[in-house]
Amino acid sequence: MRRMKADEQKFSGEQGFGCDCEREHCGVDEQVLRESGSANFHKNTNVGDGNADRRDRDVNPVLYRPKSLKMANRTRTLAACVGAGVALAAIVVAGLAVSDAATVADFAIKNQGPSLAHPFGTDQMGRDMFLRTLAGLSTSVLIGLMAAVVSSLIALVLGTAAALGGKKVDAFVTWLVDLCMGVPHIILIILISYALGKGFWGVAIGVAVTHWPSLTRVIRAEILQCKQSAYVATAQKLGQSPLKIALHHMVPYVLPQYLVGLILLFPHAILHEASVTFLGFGLPPEQPAIGVILSESMAYLSSGMWWLAIFPGLALVATVLLFDVCGSNLRKLLDPHSAQE
Amino acid sequence: MRTALAYVAKFLLLMFAVSVVTFVLVGLSPIDPVQANVGQQALMSMSEAKRAQLASYWGTDLPIWERYLNWLASALQGDLGTSLRFNAPVTEVVAHRAANSLALLAVAWLISGVLGFVLGVIAGVKRGSIFDKIVKGYCYLLAATPTFWVGLLVLMVFAVSLHWFPIGFSAPIGVAAADVTIFQSIHHMVLPALTLSVVGVANIALHTREKTIDVLESDYMRFAQARGLSLWEAVRHHGLRNLLLPAMTLQFASISEIVGGSVLVEQVFSYPGLGQATITAGLGGDASLLVAIAILCAALVFLGNMIANILYGVVDPRIRRGADHA
Repeated sequence: MRRMKADEQKFSGEQGFGCDCEREHCGVDEQVLRESGSANFHKNTNVGDGNADRRDRDVNPVLYRPKSLKMANRTRTLAACVGAGVALAAIVVAGLAVSDAATVADFAIKNQGPSLAHPFGTDQMGRDMFLRTLAGLSTSVLIGLMAAVVSSLIALVLGTAAALGGKKVDAFVTWLVDLCMGVPHIILIILISYALGKGFWGVAIGVAVTHWPSLTRVIRAEILQCKQSAYVATAQKLGQSPLKIALHHMVPYVLPQYLVGLILLFPHAILHEASVTFLGFGLPPEQPAIGVILSESMAYLSSGMWWLAIFPGLALVATVLLFDVCGSNLRKLLDPHSAQE
Repeated sequence: MRTALAYVAKFLLLMFAVSVVTFVLVGLSPIDPVQANVGQQALMSMSEAKRAQLASYWGTDLPIWERYLNWLASALQGDLGTSLRFNAPVTEVVAHRAANSLALLAVAWLISGVLGFVLGVIAGVKRGSIFDKIVKGYCYLLAATPTFWVGLLVLMVFAVSLHWFPIGFSAPIGVAAADVTIFQSIHHMVLPALTLSVVGVANIALHTREKTIDVLESDYMRFAQARGLSLWEAVRHHGLRNLLLPAMTLQFASISEIVGGSVLVEQVFSYPGLGQATITAGLGGDASLLVAIAILCAALVFLGNMIANILYGVVDPRIRRGADHA
């Protein structure tokens, strides 16, 4: 149907005006006529078998010609998703492996710019910035993992309770979401981190328990939508137990959204961890962390040691983008609306 | 009238909840405000009586609910307590800092909103073009970039390398506060405002772009073009007013993010605003100041959402009429 629309648009371009108004009156016959007309116009011999794709691609130079794909769309999406996941796992493993080497100080090589031996340069204590960055990223990803799991579980519980628990529960959960979103996120994490005495657990728990509101809203909306669908009503009329309906109809409906939401929590969590650490409420200075590296670099920026800030920051951006790639491709695969694209 | 009352009730409830939550969080903290303020060494060498006196002065010897009730009682009379770090009434500190911050926030909020909206509309209309790809790439990249790192980059380029702007503070060093000219203030505000705006653009531009594409595919846009309006005329007369509403919602809802961003940016640029006061208060265990700032931020966010709701009616007559019927 969409393809026909596209044809029409082209025609309105070629025939001048009026095509749009015509659409109101034209019935099926006219549309078919116009379809075959378009085929004749382009001297298309393939239209008989109704293979619209081939008509577009092979014969017709006027209409949209999709690029030839080396790989099927879904395969490529899956590959991107898995590739990003593998890269992230590699970062974590490599970061854990070098976490000891990252803290070795060698004052003979302090304050060196990027070189082959030290691609990210060295800092004021002669530590290799590449290793420090790698170790810091792995800490970030692990904190992000914890945050994503905890926050998405909270979101799942609250979202389900709001959707299925009746009006009062719904109002309460909605109010909780509003309350949590009412205070700027960074300030909320700072407060929680402060309450826990700062340090690793301060920031880890602060990040973990504050990322649920938006996902809660999504899950609540999804379950509400599912509850009103015809197939759930049918199942109820057929006498299926609520548990069976939940397991057979609701879970498959909500699970994809949940998984995608979980992965897309990572970038936020990682950025917040780095920010809060940068401000001094997070990981302690002796631990390798991007926030620590960048806040230390502040003191050396005016002396021209740009590599202290540039490379760790870029590495952080790249990591966050990897999560984005992973999450958005997974959504493309799982979401029935875009599964065909 | 009833909606106004509902708003007030909602606002009061929110303020109450935020104050309780922050108070509990601050009270739970193992960080001792007395020790954080007078220092470990001074505390050790102090006499027992002096310590007890200080503890009662800061109220740390009372149970948390009692402290909260005391605070609430005086807060209702407009006294938010005394800031430990700044040694001044909290209201005074907050008012002074907020004046600096609000100017910065307002400028950044306006620029990011207008710029993001314009970029979003153009990118949406020119979907698939190079311009669109650049805008999209820029937005996705920025969404993945920590705000404070953007601040560091801006600082390195414009302040350290090019020397165009000062590297920090809100006024030149060595000039009395009364002698600071407005030009100097603006000069110091450019980089933090630039950073905040650059980061704030991403969200609204992407959103507006999606909406623009939706609108362009709508029947009324097609009809308008069929009547002979050019694409840009159709966008101006029929598209913009439909795009403005969602963009405004988003921009007012983003106040929370821009306030959060200002905490980071002010730290990077040593800009003496509310954000920096938050960090000073948090690191120094200044509980009363933290509570006051949290409440003020929550109030700002609430106000933003409320204004958005009111503006709906102004921009969209359908909602206004709907409200009358209800």
